Amino acid sequence: MDKQALIDYTLQLADNALIIGHRNSEWCGHGPILEQDIAISNIALDYIGQARNFYQYAAALIGNGATEDSLAYLRDAIDFKNCLLTELPNGDWAQTILRQFFFSAYQYFLYQQLQQSTDQQLAAIAEKAFKEVTYHLRWSSEWVIRLGDGTEESRERMLHAIEELWSFTGELFEATTYEQQSVNDGYGVAFQEIQHSWMKKVGLVFEEATLPIPAANIWMQSGGKKGIHTEHLGFILAEMQFLQRAYPGAEW
Amino acid sequence: MSNTEWSLWEVFIRSKQGLDHKHVGSLHAADAQMAIENARDVYTRRMEGVSIWVVESKNIHASNPTEAGALYDPANDKAYRHPTFYHLPDELKHM
Amino acid sequence: MEKDFEKIFQDKIDQEIKIEPRDWMPEKYRQTLIRQISQHAHSEIVGMLPEGNWITRAPNLRRKAILLAKVQDEAGHGLYLYSAAETLGISRDEMYEQLHSGKAKYSSIFNYPTLTWADIGAIGWLVDGAAIMNQVPLCRTSFGPYARAMVRICKEESFHQRQGFEILLTLSKGTEAQKRMAQDAIDRWWWPSIMMFGPTDDESPNTLQSMQWKIKRFTNDELRQKFIDVCAEQIKVLGLVIPDKDLKWNESTGHYDFGKINWDEFWQVVQGNGPCNKQRLETRKKAWEEGAWVREAANAYAEKRKQRQTVTAA
Repeated sequence: MDKQALIDYTLQLADNALIIGHRNSEWCGHGPILEQDIAISNIALDYIGQARNFYQYAAALIGNGATEDSLAYLRDAIDFKNCLLTELPNGDWAQTILRQFFFSAYQYFLYQQLQQSTDQQLAAIAEKAFKEVTYHLRWSSEWVIRLGDGTEESRERMLHAIEELWSFTGELFEATTYEQQSVNDGYGVAFQEIQHSWMKKVGLVFEEATLPIPAANIWMQSGGKKGIHTEHLGFILAEMQFLQRAYPGAEW
Repeated sequence: MSNTEWSLWEVFIRSKQGLDHKHVGSLHAADAQMAIENARDVYTRRMEGVSIWVVESKNIHASNPTEAGALYDPANDKAYRHPTFYHLPDELKHM
Repeated sequence: MEKDFEKIFQDKIDQEIKIEPRDWMPEKYRQTLIRQISQHAHSEIVGMLPEGNWITRAPNLRRKAILLAKVQDEAGHGLYLYSAAETLGISRDEMYEQLHSGKAKYSSIFNYPTLTWADIGAIGWLVDGAAIMNQVPLCRTSFGPYARAMVRICKEESFHQRQGFEILLTLSKGTEAQKRMAQDAIDRWWWPSIMMFGPTDDESPNTLQSMQWKIKRFTNDELRQKFIDVCAEQIKVLGLVIPDKDLKWNESTGHYDFGKINWDEFWQVVQGNGPCNKQRLETRKKAWEEGAWVREAANAYAEKRKQRQTVTAA
């Protein structure tokens, strides 16, 4: 078995959770209404929990004194494997909601399969996370429908969000070498099937939201999973890692 | 202004199986489904519940406190409804 | 008639019977409560901002999760309190309007900036500590919904102060730079924290009536003294210093004596001249205004769905 591939695979799961959790946490205190401020902070908390579980497992695999925090706070952008979609700025509530929906639908089908992973650690983390993601998917689906079929303005904003985000959804299902390896070694999830489920789910929700599915031939951005990111990730890390970088070795 | 304010809902939580739902507070939501989800996020962050009821506040009908005398005082002199009203010999057990 | 009601009302209060929303109450009692509860709610919401600053910069994942959970709790507490105030016949939107227009106040402490990570520790220890000192007696306040909200809040709040103290404790045992950070935070937050109890009793005209109505249970000065006595002991565990050279145990009173509070600063901040008053209010207004289309859309969708259901049913 290719251990490095397992490490990379786990790190990718962790990075995705951390970065989208970090973005969602930026809403805390700034949400459109108190109840939804609390809701999105809850989702962010779920993500930080998921990230910690995956990082802890990755740290154990890596050894050499690696910890959840050394992985989150001391790697540079080039080593981060999160999808580009997760690092994009929040934009307005429509954009945040749509990203959440795209990503939750992806994670829903991914974790559903990952629960059956031959790797028991991954399976166990996925099982716990699957419950959380099931709720995220429900919550974000309802919001997509509400905004798509709400007012003139909310619909416009959703259309704009689709335009902004759609080209970042292709990467979700584009297998890197370590993901390919994970499938070969039997613990990872193949994308073909979940991509199909994802499209179906998006189709259903968009239909109810009266939103159009973009054309199939739109150019897709990618790179994040391989460490080639948008400009945004550098700023996220500069902010997130500041204390660990400024005071090396300190306990907090 | 008014078209952006969500309606008010009363929230009732069953803290564990076997217990009644209990009023815990209120919140705002645009519809019932959202009210349940908001209640989940607001009132069960610390595992306080296993079941949620929500009722739109405007649908609650309440008794009038100024009629409390007429409504509740008459029950005061019906002591015979309570088990302690009856004097029975101590030998009689478990009744 | 009015007099009778007033007597029944005061009798209830004297017998420690809670007042519930639909009970008769003097208009001034209602207004005092609306003012106090909404101020308290606003404080929770504005209070999210200084700490929220550090969620994206928390130094490790554990701290990040704790801080996010804590700030989110504050949103919850604001919500419980707005709900309690709403039982008195004012809507949350009206309360927001009062906040945004500057008519309603919130705790001045949140008009101070959070400059370093240690500020998160100092806020937990001192600001939440002072808040808890104020809030615990409010669990027995005479208005039922307020008291019940406070019970819930106090239960949840107990971890807030502990996490703050833990941050300071870790820093105080850390590097020189960390110790300096911790001392600096205490230096900046100490005086504003003890001002949180409000003006001295002789400058606090509403206290007497509020005590009689059992909205308040202790005076500002009583609570302040209690807080100072507790902190003066706790600081020893940190090995740091409270920035008051007059702080000294007084055998005869059984309390700590403390230095002169700069009430001029207090009133300046209350009147809007604190370092962050404008920024905090602008941030809240912006969030509220930018959320308007979201709230409107949700209502519009709910309305559409209701109508569709009616059509299907018919």
